Amino acid sequence: MSEMFIAKGDFPAIIERLMSRYRVYAPVKNGRHYEFAALKEAGAADLGFKNTRMSPKAIFYPQAERMFEYSLAKDDPEVNIVKETPKDFSPQVVLGIRPCDAKAFRLDDANFCSDKFKDPWWAQRRESTTLIGFACNSPSSTCFCTSVNTGPFDTTGLDAMLVDTGDGYALQVITEKGKNVLGILELKPAPAQVAGKVEELKASAEKSVATAFDPPAIAQQGTLDIFNAPIWDEIHFACLNCGTCTFMCPTCWCFDIQDEVQEGTKGDRLRLWDSCMFSLFTFHGSGHNPRSQKVQRVRQRFMHKLKYYQDKYGTGTACVGCGRCVQACPVNIDIRQVGRLMGSGCSCPA
Amino acid sequence: MQAYTEKIREAAKRLLAEKKVDGVIGFRKGTMPFMNEPFMAKTPEQADLLVWDGNCGINLANYLPKRTDKIAIVAKGCDSRNISIQILENQIKREQLHILGAPCKGMTDKRKIQDELDGKEILQAEEAGDKVKVSGRDFEKTFNRSEYLQENCAICIHRNPVISDEMLGEPVQEQQVERYEDIKQIEAMLPEEKRKHFDELIEPCIRCYACRSACPACYCPTCFVDESKPQWVGKTTDPTDTRTFHFLRAFHVAGRCSDCGACERSCPVGIKVREFTKKLEKEVKELYGYEAGMVQDLRPPLDVYRPDDPEPFL
Amino acid sequence: MNNPYLPYPVRIDSVITETEDRNLKTFKFIFLNPEDEEKFKYTAGQFAMLSVAGQGEIPIGIASSPTEKGFIKFTVNKVGRVTTFMHNMKAGDIMGVRGPCGNWYPWDILEGKNLVIIGGGFAFTTLRSSIVYMLNPENRSKYGKIDVVYGARHPGLLLYREELAAWEARDDINMHITVDGTTDPNWKYNVGFVPAITKQKAPSAENSYAIICGPPVMIKFTLPVLTELGFPPERIISSLEMRMKCGIGICGRCNLGTEYVCKDGPVFTLEKLSKLPNEY
Repeated sequence: MSEMFIAKGDFPAIIERLMSRYRVYAPVKNGRHYEFAALKEAGAADLGFKNTRMSPKAIFYPQAERMFEYSLAKDDPEVNIVKETPKDFSPQVVLGIRPCDAKAFRLDDANFCSDKFKDPWWAQRRESTTLIGFACNSPSSTCFCTSVNTGPFDTTGLDAMLVDTGDGYALQVITEKGKNVLGILELKPAPAQVAGKVEELKASAEKSVATAFDPPAIAQQGTLDIFNAPIWDEIHFACLNCGTCTFMCPTCWCFDIQDEVQEGTKGDRLRLWDSCMFSLFTFHGSGHNPRSQKVQRVRQRFMHKLKYYQDKYGTGTACVGCGRCVQACPVNIDIRQVGRLMGSGCSCPA
Repeated sequence: MQAYTEKIREAAKRLLAEKKVDGVIGFRKGTMPFMNEPFMAKTPEQADLLVWDGNCGINLANYLPKRTDKIAIVAKGCDSRNISIQILENQIKREQLHILGAPCKGMTDKRKIQDELDGKEILQAEEAGDKVKVSGRDFEKTFNRSEYLQENCAICIHRNPVISDEMLGEPVQEQQVERYEDIKQIEAMLPEEKRKHFDELIEPCIRCYACRSACPACYCPTCFVDESKPQWVGKTTDPTDTRTFHFLRAFHVAGRCSDCGACERSCPVGIKVREFTKKLEKEVKELYGYEAGMVQDLRPPLDVYRPDDPEPFL
Repeated sequence: MNNPYLPYPVRIDSVITETEDRNLKTFKFIFLNPEDEEKFKYTAGQFAMLSVAGQGEIPIGIASSPTEKGFIKFTVNKVGRVTTFMHNMKAGDIMGVRGPCGNWYPWDILEGKNLVIIGGGFAFTTLRSSIVYMLNPENRSKYGKIDVVYGARHPGLLLYREELAAWEARDDINMHITVDGTTDPNWKYNVGFVPAITKQKAPSAENSYAIICGPPVMIKFTLPVLTELGFPPERIISSLEMRMKCGIGICGRCNLGTEYVCKDGPVFTLEKLSKLPNEY
C-alpha cells in the first residue's frame, strides 16, 4: 500500500485532471444536504460532508433504468422483439465515497453477481468504476459501522482512500485499478509524519463509533426462533410502510420490472427500485399475498438484513451501519434497537 | 405540553386496568433528538413508556383505519379532525374509541433548528416549557420553541381537539393568522412560473410515498399509484410521473386534509408537499365553507352531491 | 456480456383452449432463432418468464417435456395484465421467453423409485412435463411404478384431456383422474376430492416419492394423507408459486428466508419447507 499526499490547495486541480479522463462523481452540496453527482466543474465537489443523504447506489443501479426497448408497430418487421437499450459504460471515478458505502457495494455484489447469473448493468458499471474513498474522521452519532464488520477507515470496498489530515489529504492506493487511475496524477509521496497522523485519526474515529448490536448473536439463533419471536409486534407498530429506509439504504437492492408504452408504437422495459415495505411487492396475480400484513413486511426487512443475509453468505450482515435509515425514518424505527432485540434471545425489555 | 405525559400515563393505566380499551396509542421516547415513536401500550406497565412533548408531530389517526379493537388515542386538534373524518368515512367507529384530547401549542420543526447550527450534529435536545436546549459535541444552544414550529403548526387555527372523551389539559388559545399567504403568492404567479415552481418543488422526490403513508386520509387498500389494471401513473422518477402523483394525491385529500403536516414532516427529502394540499384546502373552504373534520355529521364536500353545490368551473 | 433478463424471441405456433371456462390456454412456441432452443435446455419441473412487449413478464411452469423437440409449451391461466393480453394473442404473433428458471424435480434421486404424482386444477403443467418425460421410452425403465392422482372441480376443467385418456389406456402408469362433482352421466372416472381419492387409492410409500402441486387447500388436506400412507417429509416434493420479476434470484421479492423461490426453488421438499419461514 503506497501513501501519497495532496495539499488542499492542489485538490481542485487534481479533480480537474481526473475529469479530463473520467466521468467523476463526488459529493455536492444541495441546500441542507449532500448528494453524489457527476461533476460538471471541479469546484462543485465538496468534502465538507458527513455523508450524502441518499446512498451512492444509484451510480450503479439507477432508481429507474431502461433495460430494453421494442417496437409495437404492426408493420415493423421486428415488432415485439425486445432489444437491449444502449448504455454508456465508459470509465468513471467516484470520489469521496465513505468506506461504509463502498463496503455496501461488496455486499450487493453477492446479490447482483452470483456464480450462475450476472446482472449485466451492475457488473459493467462496477467494472468501469474506480472508488476513491474518503475516511470518516468524525462519524455521526447514528453511525455503527464498527458493529457490522466495517469501519470509518475500512478499505475493503475501495480502490484508494483519502484521509483528511488537516492541511491536506493522505492518499492510500489499495488496488491495481486505483493505481492505474491515480497514476496519471503524478502525486508526491506523503511526508514521513503523515502515516502516524493517519493511524491516530483512525484510532480516534473507530473509538468514537458506538456499538449498536452483535451480529454473531443474531447469526447463532435459529431463523424460525427469531422469525416467530414476539418482538415484531412491538417493532412494527409505528411503521408507516413507506419506502424511505429501503430507498436510502446502500444495501437495499430490490427492484420491479415494468413495461411502459409510448404512443402505442414503441415501449421500454424498465427496472425500478421497489421496496419490501410495499404490500404489492409480494402480491400474487391470484390475489394471494404471502406478506399482506405490515408486521410481515417489517420483519422481512430486518430479517433479510440481519439474519438471512448472514446465513446465506456467511459474510456478516447486509447492513454497513451508515445510519441513513435511523436518521430518515419518519417514525424513528431504529435498526440498532431492532438488532439488539433480535440478538437478545428475543425477549423484549420491559 | 410535557405535563400531559403524566396524565396520559394515568389515563392509560386506568383504561387498560379497567379493560375499557385493548390498547392506548400515543408516543414513546425516540432514540434520536426531536423524535418520538408512535407506540401502542397494551398493558398498564407499558403505559409508563408513553410520553408527550413537542416531538409528537406524526398524526396518530393514521394508525386507526380498519382496526376492530377498542382503542384509546391521544389526539391533538389535527389528529381529532382526522379521526372525525375517518368516522364519517366508516374507517373506525366512534364507540371503539376513547379519545384523550391534547390541546396543542405546536410541534417543533427540527429542520429549522438544525438550520441554525451550521451543520453541527445535534446529540441531545431537552424541552422545558417553551424552551428547548440543544447540545452537541462542542456546543449548546437554547431556542424558543414557538419560533421553531412546524409550518403547519405556526398557522394552525384549530389547536384544540374537536372531539374527545377526556381532556389532558385546558383548551389553548386559538391563533388568529392568515393561513394562505404562501398559496396566494403561488396563485399570483404566471402559468410558466407556477410550472417552474412546482417542478423545482418536487424535483428531489424519490417516490418513497412517506407523505402518503404518514397521511391519515390516505388509507385506500390500493393507492391509485399502485394500480396496475389500468396503470394510472408511471412508477419512474420522471417529472411527469412524480407530478401526477403529487397532484392527484392532493386532490384525493381535498376537504379531508386537516393540515396536520405529517406528510411534510415525514418527507425524507424535505419537499413542501403541503403547498399542494393547502391550495385544495383553500378552494374547499372558499367554495363550500367546509373545513375537514370540524363537524361530525357532514361528509367532505367532494364525496357528496348537493343541488346547490357551487359550479364556478362550468 | 450475456444478459439474463433478455428474452428469446418466439413465435406462437398454436393456441389451444384447454378448459370449458376458457380461462386456460396452452401456447406452443417456436424459437425464432433455432440456436436459442439449444440455449433454452430445460428439465421437467422448471419454469420460464414469458415476456410480452408492452405488457410485462410472468413466471409460468414449462408444460412441454425436454423429450419433445422443436417447440416449448405453456398453459396460461388468465389472471392478470400479461395473461389477459396473451389470451387475445394468436398463432403467428411474436413474444418472448426467458429462462429456463429455477430448479427441477430431483430426477437423479428419483431414479429407481416409485412416483406418486398428485395434481389439482391448473397446477398440472410441470406434472404433465414430468409424466411425458418419464413415459418416454428412453426414460421409462429408470422409474418404478407411477401413480397419478389428478383432480379438477368438474370434467370441463381438466387439462390435457386427450393425453389423460391416452395415459389411462397404458399399463405402465396408473391414472386416478377425479372431479369434485359432475352431472355427466358418462363420466367413467372417480368422483371426490384429491385427498379422499389419494386415501382411497392408497399408493404404497415404500421406495416412493410423492410430487404434489395444486391449490393450497388441496395441498393442506393431502399432506396428512401422505403422512398416514408413510411418506416422510423428505420424500414429499412440492412446487411453489410466488410473485416474481427477475426469475433469477436478484430482484428480491420471492424469498422464503434465505431461499429465493425463483432460483433456489420452486421445487422444495416438505422437509426443507418446514425449516423456512412460511411466507408462501
